[in-house]
Amino acid sequence: MPRNGPPSLSTVDNVTPTRMREAFVSTALASLETDPRVTVVLADISEDRFETAAARYPERVVNVGIREQLMVGVAGGMALTGMRPIVHTIAPFLVERPFEQLKLDLSHQDAGAVLVGVGSSYDYAAGGRTHMAPGDVALLDTLPGWRVHVPGHADEAARLLRDSLEGDDRVYLRLSERGNAAARPVDDGLVTVRSGSARRGGVVVAVGPMLDRVLAATDGLDVTVAYTATVRPFDRAGLNRLVAAAGQADVLVVEPYLEGTSAHEVATALADRRHRQRSLGVSRADEVRGYGTAADHDRAHGLDTEGIAKAARDFFLV
Amino acid sequence: MTATTFGRYADLPALVGFMTGDEKHQAAAESTLDVLWVLYDRVLNVTPETLDDPDRDRFLLSKGHGPAAYYAVLAAKGFLGVRELRAWGAFDSPLGHHPDRVLVPGVEIGSGSLGHGLGLALGTALALRAQGRTRPRVVALVGDAELDEGSNHEAIAVAGRLGIDNLTVVVIDNQSDSLGWPGGIGERFAVEGWDARAVEGRDHAALYEALTTAHPGRPLAVTARVRS
Repeated sequence: MPRNGPPSLSTVDNVTPTRMREAFVSTALASLETDPRVTVVLADISEDRFETAAARYPERVVNVGIREQLMVGVAGGMALTGMRPIVHTIAPFLVERPFEQLKLDLSHQDAGAVLVGVGSSYDYAAGGRTHMAPGDVALLDTLPGWRVHVPGHADEAARLLRDSLEGDDRVYLRLSERGNAAARPVDDGLVTVRSGSARRGGVVVAVGPMLDRVLAATDGLDVTVAYTATVRPFDRAGLNRLVAAAGQADVLVVEPYLEGTSAHEVATALADRRHRQRSLGVSRADEVRGYGTAADHDRAHGLDTEGIAKAARDFFLV
Repeated sequence: MTATTFGRYADLPALVGFMTGDEKHQAAAESTLDVLWVLYDRVLNVTPETLDDPDRDRFLLSKGHGPAAYYAVLAAKGFLGVRELRAWGAFDSPLGHHPDRVLVPGVEIGSGSLGHGLGLALGTALALRAQGRTRPRVVALVGDAELDEGSNHEAIAVAGRLGIDNLTVVVIDNQSDSLGWPGGIGERFAVEGWDARAVEGRDHAALYEALTTAHPGRPLAVTARVRS
C-alpha cells in the first residue's frame, strides 16, 4: 500500500448505527409537551412510537394511515392555522410519492413544515429500489427556499429538529441509519474538521454521515476537510473562504445521496475563480438492482472508504 | 369604486363580465356561482375585516379552475376592489386563472391542480380543534370531476373515520366527470361516515338549509347539482 493510500477501513464502513430515529422520536415527544404549536402527522411508519402521544393529543398527533398525499396536505392545512407540523415517514414516501403536495400544499401555500425522513438513500438496502430514495435532496432542490439538513449523528439530529421547530419555514431533516462516531457543530455552515498544510491542495466537503469515511479516506492527503450537516442553504461564502485559503481551487464534495446534487452550489460559490470540482455520491448511471446491506451499496457506488480514497487520490494528485 | 356599488347577487354577472379570457373554463366558473354566493352571503362567518381572525370560517376553493365567479363574489363582498377584476390574468394582477392565496386577500388556499383542497381543509379543521376553536367551520369546494383524483379519497376516508364535524365539503356536480360515479357521489362520502346531502345547486334556500343544518359528530358533504 502506498504511503498516501487508504488506512484500514472496516471500522469506519460499519460504524454503529447512531440511533437518529430514536433521537427524533424523543425530541418530537418532548416538543409536543412544551410547544402547543407542534403537531405530528404520520402515515403508519413509526406510529407505534407515538401511540401514547396520540391518545393524549388526538388532534395534534394524527396517523392518516398509508396515505402520504393526505399526510402532507394535512400538515399544510395545520400550518395555515399557525401550527408547526412534523411530517414523518420513509424517505421515498415522504419526498417522492407526495412531491406535488410538497410543491403545492407547502411551498405554494407558503406554509411551513418539518419533514423528518428515515431510510435515506439505501439504508433499507434489503428492501430494494422501492424503499430507496437517493434522489430526495436533488428533487427538493427544485423547490426554492427549503432548508435541508443531513445530520451525521443522533445529537445533531436532535439539535437540528429542536431548532427547526422554533421556526415556521420548510425543512427537510434527512436521518440515516448510519453516521459518525462523534457529533459535530451544526450551526455555522461548513466546519473545518482537519486543516492541511500551508500548501494544501484543496478542500473536501463531507456531508453528514460521510464524514468519518472521508477522514479515513483522505488521511494521507494534504487537503482541508470540512463538514456540514446543512446542505440547503449551502454555505457558499464558507466554501469560498476555505478554497481561497488553499493552494489549489480544487473541491471534492462527498454526499450520501445522488452524485452532483450540490455541484451547482459549488460552481456558484466559486464563480469568482478558476476551479475544479468532483462530486461523489450515489451514481446516476444505473439502477443498482441489488439487495444486501448498505455497505454493499456503498461499494457499488464507490462511497465506501476505499472508493472515496481512490477518487480523492485521482482528483487531488494529478 | 367600492363593494357597495356591486354588492348584490344581481351584480355578479356584471362582475364576471369585467374579467375576460379563460374561455375554456367559463362553464365551470358559472357552475359555482350560486353556491359561492350563498356561502359568502349567508353561511360563512368571514368579512374583509376578519380575514386574519383565527376564529373566522375558512372557505377553500379546491377546484381552482374558473375562478371568475369566486373573484366576483369576493369583490361583491368587499374582499377585492372591483377595479382589480379588469386586470384578471395580467402579469402583475393578483387575480390569475387559478387563485393564489399569497396574492389575494381572503383567498385561503392557492389551487388549480386538482385534489389538494380536501387535505388542506382536513388539516385546517384538525388544527382548529387542537387549538380549542370550536366555532369556526372549514368549507371546501370540489368538482365532480375533481373527485377522480385519488388524493380526495384519502381525505374523505380519514375525515369520516375521525368524525371531523367542523369540516364541510361542497361538491359541485355538473356531470363533468368522464367515467361517472355509479350509485351517486354522496355514497362515496356516506360510506365513510359523512352526513351526505344532495340539493339543487341553484336553489339558494335549499343550499342554505343543507349547509346550516347540524351534523354532530360527522363531517358534512353537500352535493350541489348544476346543469351545465
